Amino acid sequence: MNSIEEKKPLQNTQLCTFYLGELFLGIEVRAVQEVIRYQETTRVPLASDNIRGLINLRGEIVTAIDLRARLSINSKPVDEPMNVVLRLDKNIVSLLVDDVGDVLDMPDCALERPPKTLQANINDFTRGVYKMDDRLLLLLDAEKVVNLNSRNNHEAESPLH
Amino acid sequence: MYGSCRSYPHNLNPGSTANTPMSGNEIVISEALIQDFLTESFEGLEQTERDLVTLEQTPDDHEILGRIFRCLHSLKGSCGFFGYSTLEKVAHKGENILSKLRNGEAELTEDKATILLQMADAISEMLNNIQETGTEGENSYSELIAELERCESGQPATIETQAATTGQVVEKPAEAPPAANSETSVAEKEMTPLEIQQLVCKILMHTNDDDKPQPEEKQEQKQVAKKTTEIEAPTKVDTTIRVSVNLIDKLMNLVGELVLARNQTLQYCNVYKDRGFVATTQRLNLVTTELQESVMQTRMQPIGNVWNKFPRLIRDLAKSTEKQIQLEMEGKSTELDKTLIEAIKDPLTHLLRNSCDHGLEAPEDRKAAGKPEQGTVYLRAFHEGGQVIIEIEDDGRGVDVNKIKDKALEKNLVNSQQLERMSDREALDLIFRPGFSTAAKVTNVSGRGVGMDVVKTNIESIGGTVDIKTELGKYTKFKIKIPLTLAIIPALTISCGQDYFAIPQVSLVELVRIENSDSKNTIEWIDDTPIYRLRDKLLPIVYLTQQLQLNSEHSTELSEEYSIVVLQADNHQFGLVVDDVHETEEIVVKPLGKQLMDIDAFAGATIMGDGKVVLILDVLALAKRAGLGLAADNKDLISDESLTEEALTKSNKQSILICTLPDQQRIAVPLNKVARLEEFASDKLESIGRRRVIQYRGRIMPLYDIAETLSISSSTQNSEQETQQVIVHNHQGNSFGVIVGQIEDIIQERVDIDTVGRRNGTIGSAIVQGQVVEFLDVEKLLQQTIEEAKSA
Repeated sequence: MNSIEEKKPLQNTQLCTFYLGELFLGIEVRAVQEVIRYQETTRVPLASDNIRGLINLRGEIVTAIDLRARLSINSKPVDEPMNVVLRLDKNIVSLLVDDVGDVLDMPDCALERPPKTLQANINDFTRGVYKMDDRLLLLLDAEKVVNLNSRNNHEAESPLH
Repeated sequence: MYGSCRSYPHNLNPGSTANTPMSGNEIVISEALIQDFLTESFEGLEQTERDLVTLEQTPDDHEILGRIFRCLHSLKGSCGFFGYSTLEKVAHKGENILSKLRNGEAELTEDKATILLQMADAISEMLNNIQETGTEGENSYSELIAELERCESGQPATIETQAATTGQVVEKPAEAPPAANSETSVAEKEMTPLEIQQLVCKILMHTNDDDKPQPEEKQEQKQVAKKTTEIEAPTKVDTTIRVSVNLIDKLMNLVGELVLARNQTLQYCNVYKDRGFVATTQRLNLVTTELQESVMQTRMQPIGNVWNKFPRLIRDLAKSTEKQIQLEMEGKSTELDKTLIEAIKDPLTHLLRNSCDHGLEAPEDRKAAGKPEQGTVYLRAFHEGGQVIIEIEDDGRGVDVNKIKDKALEKNLVNSQQLERMSDREALDLIFRPGFSTAAKVTNVSGRGVGMDVVKTNIESIGGTVDIKTELGKYTKFKIKIPLTLAIIPALTISCGQDYFAIPQVSLVELVRIENSDSKNTIEWIDDTPIYRLRDKLLPIVYLTQQLQLNSEHSTELSEEYSIVVLQADNHQFGLVVDDVHETEEIVVKPLGKQLMDIDAFAGATIMGDGKVVLILDVLALAKRAGLGLAADNKDLISDESLTEEALTKSNKQSILICTLPDQQRIAVPLNKVARLEEFASDKLESIGRRRVIQYRGRIMPLYDIAETLSISSSTQNSEQETQQVIVHNHQGNSFGVIVGQIEDIIQERVDIDTVGRRNGTIGSAIVQGQVVEFLDVEKLLQQTIEEAKSA
């Protein structure tokens, strides 16, 4: 039996990781268009607190979402957050984070359900966690994070795609 | 067209790829050739479809008949060249029928029209197959072809049709003199080789009978010969050229960048006053402007292009639903950017289907309701306020709000609490939620519950909005608003504190600068509403800081220097108070992302010459928000179409706001005493001594607990509640808030306040909607506030 030759290829997902307060988060690289440093933001009056404002991305106007507000994290924000620019279904949105980490290759089998101790609202936006040596890597559901328009946070049925 | 393809030189396209190897007599069929064939065929088919529908109304129109005939004929010819035999057969049969119609041998009946339209469908299918797979597809269309043959020979159709028409075919005998006459008239129009053949045959057949026409015939033959050469050329002179849309897109982007660069260059003009430089920049300016206008024109297409399909759609829908429907279209020439036109095709189609399927009633029902049996669908398009408005209206049964509410509950899209808080307008919007459908029966046409939400999403994806207005039993109207994105418009930049905004110049009337607010010409307060006298006209005033809740430390309301920007929206003028006015320049309008679409105050955003992002104000929305001198932010308890105060006072009705207290008692406040309705988080409430206060708009505003005011024992402040509902009252800079339990409703009623037995804190009571309601003494609270402020 040549089991060595019959190795099944491991299913991996590449994640772009970043830091937000105490949290270590990741989003699938596929969804990330680029990562850039702090950009001057024009605030949008009347917008929800989740939206920090608008940035000029090489001539394109991109909405910047304050991830801290979105995940209801109360720790003190940094002065110059970095931009993780996402491209989801032709929509470009930027997430403001404290700092950016490396691109990590995570095996799919290592993805676990989020622990019950995780804050409720963060749980809503997480697809799962990876247990790493010294900490947890939370896999963010980019679509949910970006979809600010679901007025009912407790919808009886999930929106159709 | 491609009649000339038969003799295509075989080495015409040496460069293009060919699947067939080149040999002596083989013809190279390149991709480009097929693509051209498809493009022209689709175009011709579209025209044919339209023509067939029109033809039903005017069956004798020779121009149309000729056009359809020629289209089918060309198509048949090309198919022969490419080897699409089924398509050729179908086109051929159609051509035969048309030929008979043309020379009066047959008449157009409803059956014929239907079968011809079916033929058009079949052709369309096959063309699509060719486009996607390269072959016509599996269908042999034998049934259709048999039907076409039956139709041609004058037999009654065997397919389902409403009216059974039998043998209305009139065969005219081919007599010599009339034949000669008809031949002459035919020869005056362009003739195809087949027709010439037929003509020559006919002439030859009658040569023995009548000698006279001979010299004429010879002339005719010469004429005919001349005309054959002309057939090779296109039927109309082509002054157009096909360009790929991607290329135009690229052009547009480049022009946009050029405009920005031009703006920056212009800025330098103020610094470097070199004459040569300024002159060159002027030239650059002129050329850029013209270029920009021209390029925008290339992408603009009349909306009629999309609407072309609709007469046929309505005809088919009318038949399948067994209703009588008429379509009226207004504004076909309204122009839209090409990408927008693509995007609204589907939504419009769905809305039309909806109107026909659910909106309009069956003829019997309409008759019973006293309406004309024929229902009408109106399709309108026009420009308004920098947007394109498209309306789809039907005079059908309207939408029943209550049914909507019930269905929404049933489908769990809302819970009953939310439903109660909704106005009728908000409830109607529920039809746009995914998973919603009130159709009792899901038909092929609509009702699958995936329609309306997709319509809304599609429209929103191009930055537009869709709205529904209805009256039960009378009409339903969908109003689609699409912004002219990619628009480059002149705009004025203004600022309030550190925030900059752009106002489209099209809405700008004039600018007024107030430098010294002690002077006579300043803003006055009439009945709690700020007004400005502009040369004998009273201009309602709107504070931008207020509208946008800018909360800057520097409050415009208190400053001595400010500007009033006089704006016009929808025939209403008003003055917008801002801190400073800056330059007018051309900006490129970019739509806001999905997350910000709900904010109606902004029409988009732009990037200024210095790279800063600036929001563009939506003047009409601002006017509406500030409408009656009241601002109800997120709570649209006041519908946009509610009566103005004038109309109300005329009818002796007042607008009254009704609130409930925890013990179910009802308190009313006249709406004209209410400045705003707010919802505050409970933890934001603070205290100064005994007085509850809240930080509001950079100031400290005292709050009154309505229970306290009325000396009720139970407090309205339910500490378990996360938010408190507060009515804010404003009078000449003095504001205070009243914490109420629950805001119920706003109604318009005649009120006779009875002061008998009134308790402290109220001015009396009245019967409103069948219940006793007490009226809050707002004046007293105002006095109290002023007193407390003085003693502070």
